[in-house]
Amino acid sequence: MKLLTCPINGPRNITEFQYLGPVRGASAERAGELVEALFYHENPLGPLKEWWRHTPSNTVFIAERHTVSDEILATWLPNRRPD
Amino acid sequence: MPLTLLRYGLRPRHVSFRDIPPTPELKRGYDVVIIGGGGHGLAAAYYLGKAHGIRNVAVLEKGYLAGGNTARNTTTIRSNYLTEESIRFYKEGVGLFATMSDDLGFNIMFSQRGQLTLAHSEGALRSFHLRAEMGKHMGTRTEVVDAKTVRDLCPHVNLDLGGLHEVTGGLWHADGGTARHDAVAWGYAKRAAELGVEIHQRTEVTGFRKAGDRVTHVVTGRGEIAAGQVLQAVGGLNGQVAEMAGFRLPIRCFPLQAMVTQPLKPFLDILLSSADLHTYLVQSSRGEIVIGGGSDPYQLASTRSTLDQKEHLAEGALHLFPFLHQVKLLRQWTGITDMTPDYSPIMGASPLQNYWLDCGWGTWGFKATPVAGKRMAEAVATGRVPDLLRPFDLRRFDRFALVNEMGATAASH
Ligand SMILES: Cc1cc2nc3c(=O)[nH]c(=O)nc-3n(C[C@H](O)[C@H](O)[C@H](O)COP(=O)(O)OP(=O)(O)OC[C@H]3O[C@@H](n4cnc5c(N)ncnc54)[C@H](O)[C@@H]3O)c2cc1C
Repeated sequence: MKLLTCPINGPRNITEFQYLGPVRGASAERAGELVEALFYHENPLGPLKEWWRHTPSNTVFIAERHTVSDEILATWLPNRRPD
Repeated sequence: MPLTLLRYGLRPRHVSFRDIPPTPELKRGYDVVIIGGGGHGLAAAYYLGKAHGIRNVAVLEKGYLAGGNTARNTTTIRSNYLTEESIRFYKEGVGLFATMSDDLGFNIMFSQRGQLTLAHSEGALRSFHLRAEMGKHMGTRTEVVDAKTVRDLCPHVNLDLGGLHEVTGGLWHADGGTARHDAVAWGYAKRAAELGVEIHQRTEVTGFRKAGDRVTHVVTGRGEIAAGQVLQAVGGLNGQVAEMAGFRLPIRCFPLQAMVTQPLKPFLDILLSSADLHTYLVQSSRGEIVIGGGSDPYQLASTRSTLDQKEHLAEGALHLFPFLHQVKLLRQWTGITDMTPDYSPIMGASPLQNYWLDCGWGTWGFKATPVAGKRMAEAVATGRVPDLLRPFDLRRFDRFALVNEMGATAASH
């Protein structure tokens, strides 16, 4: 069982969560960035900020996770990034 | 082939030989440098030498030969896709598999036993009708069958009558089959090496030297080499190598897992797949049941496995064949797949002048090994992308001209 820490509910089995994809640098609202926003997702070998949802409580939050080691480095509610 | 074998067997003294020559010293430069010694890179090398007389070629492989996804796939070969562009392409691929053992003089164990995809709902059946009609239109053998025919094709499958996943019918693809993945790579490697292609194992590409929009040199862990043309076919790491070359690809890495059971007596002589259960099974010629399914739920560039995914595969397999419940697993593994937004590959030109792409093969590229190799070699040799590959151009994303194969790919690869 792999644990992911929900900022509201604490550590839970990762199967309780839905992956919503990387936090996007490009904006779908700026015409020049539309293709980028739709098709060119962040895909680093290293830390990646991404959206997750804790399904039972419907909590949407951000996790920072390493895409090679699969280590979850931090989780926080949107706009409440810890220092 | 059999006569040669017989003569060899009857010879009193056997001369030992090796299929793949040891890695030579790197030369100062090559006409074509192929990055990635998986099936795709090796097939392209073979066709460059064989069909186009281009033999000053180096294949650079960072690990051992064909140790990437070529070694990890579940060997489903089929052409029952949804769009005209895809079916035309994959159909040529299936045709090349049928003659590959003879063409290469190397037994790749192609077995065209047919693929059956089960429908457990009206919705699934409707989408199968669409694929069957497209398949017929394009001249492939693809048809919708009812539950009774499912039973005839696969007598042991649990139809779950009245249950949650009742089988309502299926998509029967008589052209589908399997082949031995390692043999495909080794066959191409052996024949390419005979033609003069150099295969450099444990040679990692770490960067490029460029002049304007041309690559002049490929930087490797064993030194720098000059390159006339470059072909990139690095499987799971395609996004990363493209970034080294200075451009981005619409690719994300996801793990894909599979496993095999201990060998059993033959009971499954077709490829069986279920879209709703996200599971597919095939019995290997050794009797092992190979079990595969959907991708991991989140992005990762690691070949670690998870219990969750393995349990999910086991659950699907047990649903279809409850009598497998005491069978032991022998091996399990993972590959990193390079997923595109439309579940179709990226083949053809890149933003650089002399740099070609054969990537975005995700969870479905083994079946394309011969056709991608053949057609990419043609592109590199002639400088013109063959019509067959044009729909898969990288620039399709800028034009919103996607080749959407998600529905025809997700559970069957
Ligand atoms: C579990 C699983 C099941 C699958 N099942 C199927 C299936 O049933 N049917 C199907 O058609 N497809 C299937 N696939 C997909 C298929 O395996 C791949 O699409 C296909 O093998 C890709 O071949 P390739 O030669 O392009 O890549 P690979 O075989 O991955 O080869 C790429 C090579 O490039 C090398 N490389 C990477 N970076 C560098 C570098 N910097 N320098 C030098 N070399 C480098 C790697 O070491 C690797 O050997 C499956 C994949 C997986 C993981």
